[in-house]
Formats: sequence, C-alpha cells, structure tokens
Amino acid sequence: MKTKFLLIGFLLLAALGFALLQRHQLDEVGEVILPTSDSPQQLAARGKYLAQAGDCVVCHTARGGAPFAGGRAVPTPFGTLFGPNITPDANTGIGSWTPDDFWQALHLGKSRDGHLLYPAFPYPDYTRISRADADALFAYLQTIPPVHQPSREPQLHFPFDQRPLLAVWRALYFKPGVYQADTLQSEEWNRGAYLVQGAGHCDACHSPRNSLGATVDGNDLAGGVIPVLDWYAPPLNSHIKAGVGSWDLQEVADLLKNGVSSHGVASGPMAEVVYNSLQDLTPADIQAISVYLKTLPAKADDSGSAGSSISAAERERLLALGGTLYKKDCADCHSVSGSGSPPNYPPLAGNPAVTGHFTINLIRMLLNGGFPPGTQGNPRPYGMPPFGESLNDEQAAAVLFYIRNSWGNQGTAIAPSEVNRNRGVGVN
Amino acid sequence: MKQEEYRVVPCAVPQRASLGRWIAALCLALNVTAALAQSPAADSGAPPDTLQQRLLACTGCHGNEGRAASDGFYPRIAGKPEGYLYNQLINFREGRRHFQLMSYMVDYQSDDYLKEMARYFSGQHPPFAPPQKFDVPQSTLDLGQELVKSGDPSRKIPACSACHSEALSGVNPAIPGLLGLPRDYIIDQLGSWKSGSRRAAAPDCMGQIAGRLTTQQIGAIAAWIGSQTADNQARPADHAAQPLPLDCGGVPASAGSGAGR
Repeated sequence: MKTKFLLIGFLLLAALGFALLQRHQLDEVGEVILPTSDSPQQLAARGKYLAQAGDCVVCHTARGGAPFAGGRAVPTPFGTLFGPNITPDANTGIGSWTPDDFWQALHLGKSRDGHLLYPAFPYPDYTRISRADADALFAYLQTIPPVHQPSREPQLHFPFDQRPLLAVWRALYFKPGVYQADTLQSEEWNRGAYLVQGAGHCDACHSPRNSLGATVDGNDLAGGVIPVLDWYAPPLNSHIKAGVGSWDLQEVADLLKNGVSSHGVASGPMAEVVYNSLQDLTPADIQAISVYLKTLPAKADDSGSAGSSISAAERERLLALGGTLYKKDCADCHSVSGSGSPPNYPPLAGNPAVTGHFTINLIRMLLNGGFPPGTQGNPRPYGMPPFGESLNDEQAAAVLFYIRNSWGNQGTAIAPSEVNRNRGVGVN
Repeated sequence: MKQEEYRVVPCAVPQRASLGRWIAALCLALNVTAALAQSPAADSGAPPDTLQQRLLACTGCHGNEGRAASDGFYPRIAGKPEGYLYNQLINFREGRRHFQLMSYMVDYQSDDYLKEMARYFSGQHPPFAPPQKFDVPQSTLDLGQELVKSGDPSRKIPACSACHSEALSGVNPAIPGLLGLPRDYIIDQLGSWKSGSRRAAAPDCMGQIAGRLTTQQIGAIAAWIGSQTADNQARPADHAAQPLPLDCGGVPASAGSGAGR
C-alpha cells in the first residue's frame, strides 16, 4: 500500500515537472491569424468540408442523436470517453468559445479553461491543421443548430482518470505544430499528406499503438488492431502485399470514395469513415490522398502467421469440409475460382485480408456479412449474408481454412475457439 | 448468382424490309430484356442487377423473399407495408430498436436505399409456412384470441385487430400484419416494448399498450397468433376501418386519430 502511494506521489511530481516543461515548449508554438478574404458563408462552407474530412460527426454524435451534440461512447483500453457536445449551445456546447479557444483545443489539446484534453480527441493529428482551416472549422460549427445537452465526463480507470498525468503523456508523445510542406514533393502529394496526417487522422486506426495508447510509427500507417473495437486496420502504405503498393491510383480512390474497389471493400469502422467522410471529398483530394499513401514506406507486420500448425490429415479434412461448404454457400458470389466479382464481390484469391496474419476481420465478415457503405458512387451496394447462424465454429473454421489455402493462397488454420471468441457484432 | 439457362427468343426475320426491321428490333429488345432479366452468371461475370441479388444479406436470415426463416425467430418481412418496414430500418439505425446485427446492416446505407429495400420486401408475397406446433393449454389460446379480437377494456388495452385490421393482415402504409409471425418473436417484441428496449417514433402507441399487458397476456397473445394458419392471399388493408384508438408516431395521420408523423 505504501509503495502504491509512493508511486502515485512520484507520478504526480513527474507530471508537474513535465507540465512545467511542456508549458514552456507549447508556448513557443503560436500561429499568427492570417486575414481571410472569405465571406462568413464561404468560411463556414470550407469548415463544413473540413469537418467531413475529419469525420468529426462520428465521435461527436450519439446513435440517433442530434449531429455534433455529443454522447457517443468511445471505448479505450483505459476506460470510456464520450464525444462532447460541440454545437454552439452557450452552456453545454462551444457557443461561448472564441476562435482562439478552438485553436487551443485543436492545436494544443487544451480546453478553454486550460485543462488538458485526453488524446482520444486526436489532437496529435489535428495539431497539423492550419490556423486558417481551424478558423473555418470553428465558423462552421457555430452555424449548426445549438443543442442543449451536457457532455458526459469520461469514465476512466485509475490512474488514467488523473488528468494532470496527461502532461507526462504529452511530453512523451505530443509535438504540436502545423503541417510543414515538403518542398521536394508535389503540391498534390503535400495536400494528401496534410489531409492524411491532419484532419483525416488516419493513423488513429492504421498505426500500431503502444501500451499507453500512443501511435508508435508516426505516420507510416503500417496497420494495427484498433483497441477495444478489435478490428484490424490494414497498412495504407506502399507495401506490395499488405498495403496499396500494387494498387493503381484509381483503385485506391475507388475504395476511399465509393467504398468498393477491385481489391476489396470497406467494412467495419472503415465503412463508417467512407460513409461519413471520404465519399464527400473532392476527386482532387481523394487523388491527392491516394498519391501520398502510395509513397509511404512499405512497412507491415507480416511476421509469420497466427494460429497453430496442423497435421497433413487434418489439413485434408479441413480442405474437404471447407470446400464443400464453400461451394454451397460462397461460390455463387465469390466464384469457384475465388476471383469474386469485383467491385461488388471481392476476390478471395490473393487477397491479403483473407490470407493475412490478423484474421479478426475475416472471421467477422464470415460470421456477420454486411453491406459495403452506400455511397454516391455505389448507392445500392450488394450485401453478404451473415453465416454466423448457419455455420458452427468447426464449419466456419473449415471454410476459413479453405479460402486461406486455395487458389495459391497460403494461411494458417484458425481454431474454432478463435471463431467462437469473435461471435457477436459489437456495434455501439 | 444462380446459373440460369439463357434462352434466345427465336426470330425469323421476314424478307420485307420495313416489317423485317420492326420485327428484328422487337426481337432484339426481347432478347436484351431476357438477358437482363436472367443473370449473366458467368464465373467472373457481373452479378445480376436485381434487388433479390443485392439483398442476399437480408434473406440470409429472413428467408427467401423475406418469407421468414424456419428457426422460429427471424420474422417474416415479405408483404409487410412499405412504411412499416422503412420505419423499422430507421429505428434500428437510430437506436430505437436493439438488435446489433440489424443496426450493423443498415448503419451506413442511405435513406433512399433503405426505402428501396422496404418497397422490395413489401411487394413479395411468398406462401406462409404452416403455423408452429406447440403445447399450450386451450385456456391460454382462448385468452389470446379474446385479447386479439376484443382487447381488455378493464386495462385500456385495445384489440390487436382494432389497428392491425380485422384479418390481422396490417394496414397500409405503416401498420404491420401479425399473422405468420413466430410466437417467440412476438413474445420478444412485446416484452421489449414493455421494458422500453424497443421503441417507435413518439408517440409510441405500442409501447403504451405493451406497458399495460401482463406477461401472461403477452404469452397468450403470442401463442394464439403463432398458432393461426395465415391466408396466402391476405394483403394489408388500404385504410383503417376505424380511427386508431391511440396516436402512433410511425403511422401517418389517419381520420380522427390525430396521429403525427
């Protein structure tokens, strides 16, 4: 018990020290407000577009609730946070904020009263947003209908509920600063980088996180399992197999804007991102993002494979059972040859989402099926039936083994217990 | 994609030029129509551009054409009024109904597509399965029938048939038919309404009614409805026979009910 108190005391002292240090650091980063020639309407319209690019609505809107009025639970390994009300309600929203207050939150991760914000609000990314864009975003948020709805306090485990400790986290993992263009790259590439690293906050899902919830590879987007939600966000870099290295620009753009492509479809949390955010971006911005992603270093966690090794007899048994089920349940859409019928039915042959080390998305797709997002480019998507009811764990594992080991695919066996562990849908 | 035979409409083109062109054009049109109606279905061909194909995710659980599954839970959606089905899809999306798989299915679809889904299933009329067989005392069935046809005035519970039509086949555009629903599903829905976990747009008339039902009454209603043989020719009525006894948020205003949206 005594050690525990000592530890807490030490942490608090450390926090204080870091906080002082950081205050010094952060004060150095300021930005001059540039005069803008935009009319208020133009400013708000630009802000609306940026809010779409940042998918702000998703965390700041509860299911069935008023847009931006907050309340959506954001589960993390440290407890649950709730997206706050950012409508212009004077008492419960940000109606009494100034553009400077908003900039302080977005750029420095501090609320108006100076308290430190939890990085579930992705200010380590938003800090790269320019002051002009932040002002536009603020102007837009001031135009949406105000909703009186108090924001909910986070429900975090000790010691993460001690806000001052955030100073430590920030000193370790947060470096404020607006995006600086790389003059060796094209304007298009820089626009893509600005969107991906800033408003888009792609690394929030597509980069691995450490035990303190910080993304560890900066913006290499090497892929990672999203904590708690437990979906695997694949690499978005130039990796030939796991990333978009072998995709042409149009194919990347198709997935981002339409939600379907010749390589695969957006599912799980990415379906939400495409639906709420990416489908509304201009073709030029989508192109810029695609250009940028294809230049990221080819990093991916493709070390070995999950699952257990099996005997030759077991392999034959799984292929026979899985093959029979595949022909009955899957081949009509994904074809006997595993080539699918893209973009509506993705290919299974040669698809890293099928053969990869992280199998959770694959298991979930088989059990739950689902529709790709309905977008302007693909408004009436073809859906996949859920097979969780009709296939037991053994059968599902056999089908998965079959598709992971046919048509040249190579993948390890997935245990029936692993299938069982991932039953359930988990929407919030 | 089901392999289907592609039949060519035989076309003998007469020699006379003008008539021949007409017949050839008609013939071509027929063949093109036939080609569109039937699936191309080649191994790597495009899937048929039909709602039946697009909505396999729905029929996986709700049965072919939405006729209901044999497991006795997933409800029949075929032939339900379009407005009712659309309201339910929205209720799942907005969190007024809680079935995670359904919310997951509809979360990122446009209102237009959800309407199209609702219209498609409202237009399907596959035959009903025979009613389930289960062992309940006659007294329970009698109580169920009484409640369905006459309600329970002492508890201000209207008859089911007062809103869902005399034949329980529903009323267009937004009151569902009840026949052909599995007993377990009815128990689950009335129970969910009673506990507040299923809701409809306010004012939630079914929520009010279910709140007044006892669990015994819910069991009796579900048993009686679940044991009835449904008429394959039954369709939702075009109008309610009388003003609705309660205002229902999901039902467009009908004479005298003063109902809202």
